[in-house]
Amino acid sequence: MAGTMRALESQAELSAEIEDTAAKWATAREPEFQPRRDYPPYRSTLLRHPTKDLFQVDPEGVELFAPAFGQRDVDPLEADLTIQRGGEPLGERMVVTGRVLDGDGRPVRHQLVEVWQANAGGRYIHQRDQHPAPLDPNFTGMGRMLTDADGVYRFTTVKPGPYPWKNHHNAWRPAHIHFSLFGTDFTQRLVTQMYFPGDPLFALDPIYQSIVDPAARERLVATYDHDVTTHEWATGYRWDIVLTGAHRTPTETEEDDR
Amino acid sequence: MTRLAPTPGQTVGPFFHYALPYPGDADLVLAGAPGAVRLHGTVRDGAGAGVPDALLELWQADPAGTVVQRAGSLHRDGWTFTGFGRCATDRTGRYSFTTLTPGAVGDGLPFFAVTVFARGLLHRLSTRAYLPLADGATDALLTAAGARAGTLVAAAEADGYRFDVHLQGPEETVFLQAPGETPS
Repeated sequence: MAGTMRALESQAELSAEIEDTAAKWATAREPEFQPRRDYPPYRSTLLRHPTKDLFQVDPEGVELFAPAFGQRDVDPLEADLTIQRGGEPLGERMVVTGRVLDGDGRPVRHQLVEVWQANAGGRYIHQRDQHPAPLDPNFTGMGRMLTDADGVYRFTTVKPGPYPWKNHHNAWRPAHIHFSLFGTDFTQRLVTQMYFPGDPLFALDPIYQSIVDPAARERLVATYDHDVTTHEWATGYRWDIVLTGAHRTPTETEEDDR
Repeated sequence: MTRLAPTPGQTVGPFFHYALPYPGDADLVLAGAPGAVRLHGTVRDGAGAGVPDALLELWQADPAGTVVQRAGSLHRDGWTFTGFGRCATDRTGRYSFTTLTPGAVGDGLPFFAVTVFARGLLHRLSTRAYLPLADGATDALLTAAGARAGTLVAAAEADGYRFDVHLQGPEETVFLQAPGETPS
């Protein structure tokens, strides 16, 4: 199975695998929160998923805290991905905003959010991205910001395009923005992807479908919000993020050194 | 209180290198600083091959066992130990941090908290790299890990510690999850 000489399967064959796993899940409908790390339709998982159960342990010591980031770390201009190169990037300008919460609904305050994405044509500014779509000289596609005292993040960008990849023949990723998030303890660390409502590629994408519980994977889809859209400037999307529950209640004094 | 369902993770993908790494990310202190040690190793897949597109994060206490809560990890000033670092693996799957030896926090054994991301890894993995153990030293996790406990312990070297991460295979690393990560 691990060989690299195998001919690429068709989307139909790949989709049959996705549907088979979905059908097995649907017989019992046991809730799941996370993607299955062992998810064969995403071929690169084959040698990279743990084969043994994870050990459930209560976080201890340093794990009960998260790294602190502050004004020293992030320039407020890094939250605007449309102003990094001196000219306007091509594409649909948009604002993405939302709140970062812990499992008890508390805002994750003054914490780092990192984002990265393809440009409007579906091309990353990365040497290994060989998709023959144009690079945009006015777009790097990476940004950083800190959440505010209510856990709110907000950034301006252009809508990323879908792009092909080599998982199977004619494989395409739905448009997405990568997010990297920290909570108040290190066990909450999360890297994920935000998607756009109604993407026709959802059913075909093994990375999105690796979250086999539909209620869970729909948590990755942003909502179009006309109240975030601004007159004659940018469309707006809202996406709230919930981290796994904090295991320690943060105190106000921890905010002092940020 | 009702717990909110968490937002699922997704793979870091192959294209994170221009976004997540940053200058000085793997140097929590400068090499040659008093007490500087190296924490390094290789991330391997189930065939034993180095994983060239993984990213490790390190989070640790200072040598006195204090959990530092100081900003400055993204723009290091050379003097502020923040306890956080990040290192993308190279073409052979190797990573290397320059840091300080963590002290024990409270009554616990000293360890580095390590998080692993990679293309092909759909959700991050967490583990611990314990400092080499004194005879008989153990804790609840090491006891529970039994014969696999060795995968959680860094090896002493002249200039620091070596800690390899095996995503699969006979030496598969013990990975951790905290209560609440799965539906109860």
